[in-house]
Amino acid sequence: MRITCSVNGEPREVDDVWPGESLLFVLRERMGLPGSKNACEQGECGSCSIFLDGVLVCACLVAAGQAEGRDVRTVEGLAGPEPDDLHPVQRAFVETGAVQCGFCTPGLVVATVDLLARDPDPSDAEIREALAGNVCRCTGYESILDAVRLAAARGREATA
Amino acid sequence: MDFQQPQSWLEAVQTKAAHPDAAPIQGGTDVMVELNFDHRRPDVLLDLTGVAELAEWSEDGDQVRIGAGVTYTRLIQDLGGRLPGLALASRTVGSPQIRNRGTVGGNLGTGSPAGDCHPALLAAYAVVEVESVRGTREIPVDEFFTGVKRTALEPDELIKSVLVRPPAGPQQFSKIGTRNAMVIAVAAFGLALHPDRRSVGTGIGSAAPTPRRARAAEDALAGELSAAGLWDSRADIPDRLAERFADLVGQAADPIDDVRGTAAYRRHALRVMARRALGWAWTDYQRAA
Repeated sequence: MRITCSVNGEPREVDDVWPGESLLFVLRERMGLPGSKNACEQGECGSCSIFLDGVLVCACLVAAGQAEGRDVRTVEGLAGPEPDDLHPVQRAFVETGAVQCGFCTPGLVVATVDLLARDPDPSDAEIREALAGNVCRCTGYESILDAVRLAAARGREATA
Repeated sequence: MDFQQPQSWLEAVQTKAAHPDAAPIQGGTDVMVELNFDHRRPDVLLDLTGVAELAEWSEDGDQVRIGAGVTYTRLIQDLGGRLPGLALASRTVGSPQIRNRGTVGGNLGTGSPAGDCHPALLAAYAVVEVESVRGTREIPVDEFFTGVKRTALEPDELIKSVLVRPPAGPQQFSKIGTRNAMVIAVAAFGLALHPDRRSVGTGIGSAAPTPRRARAAEDALAGELSAAGLWDSRADIPDRLAERFADLVGQAADPIDDVRGTAAYRRHALRVMARRALGWAWTDYQRAA
């Protein structure tokens, strides 16, 4: 089947999609967007987190056909066009060392962007709850919490 | 595999009638796992996310009608105050990503003994509204589960909505797992006190081939509360009554040993959860006086 949708603000169209494949497969293998990672394929790890019509979801649990006509935003859509043009959440992850192997990072960045859009001043408990669906096996999470706190503080300064 | 994407409820039930083997998919949190792991290859995937009315809830007399496509996130946001037991259960589901996609209707359709909503729906005496081109049926939720991942749905039927009455008394939900997020319950328990009917509702999860009520425990507790005048006096529940209730809940389970826990542990956990849930609910009831 043919899938037509908007990805990171651009209209995209792909053919020969098998209806049972996931949106994650479409993004990675058919659209050349490998930022969303493929790990558990069952919604457990959060490494494929994306926005579907602005809602945080696991791309591995969206059937390709369910994305027809929808608006998709992936981690590739967060940064600006210039190399240094990182999203504030990405910058905070870099600065706090919240990255080791990096595999979980795109999902955690997307989930953090979602959290801070809903709540610019989350408590630690709220951060943990918001990121509970994103698994990291390297960092022990402490530096990830630092990154979220830093991004949140800067976001509040910017709007103050 | 054929992909059908009806844009109205009428079209959806007509499609299901034409393709009784079609696998309905809503949030995909169960169905896509089966597809990704090649555990299931339905000839037809029936995507219900195009049916806008399924994603709505409404007041219907003294009940709330929750469309089968209402996500856990919406349910928690919109109905947390009106349906506290179901909202408590919904908050324990998966993660934000899963709650943004998963639905009560999908939970019912999968019919897992571990489905998080089921104990809360059982305790609240919820009713499942199913429909086909032949007509509509209202199935009490305790008659909906017929076996492990088997339900009372006929092949041409789809789940349309769940009817839940906002409670006249307190509701509680308790779930055992290895962490707060992303767990399939080792055991779960839902409790609703119905002072208007002088009755008690319970739901057991992950401890029998289907979610089920602990009817003997419900009857014993409600009978004792009436006999001792506690519904009216709201005096403390005697320890022996709480213990008896907990024991009867444990006895109502029919658990197995599996990777998540042993049968003995599940039965023990249910007794503990039943006793605690009753304590919390009764405290709520006393405070509401």
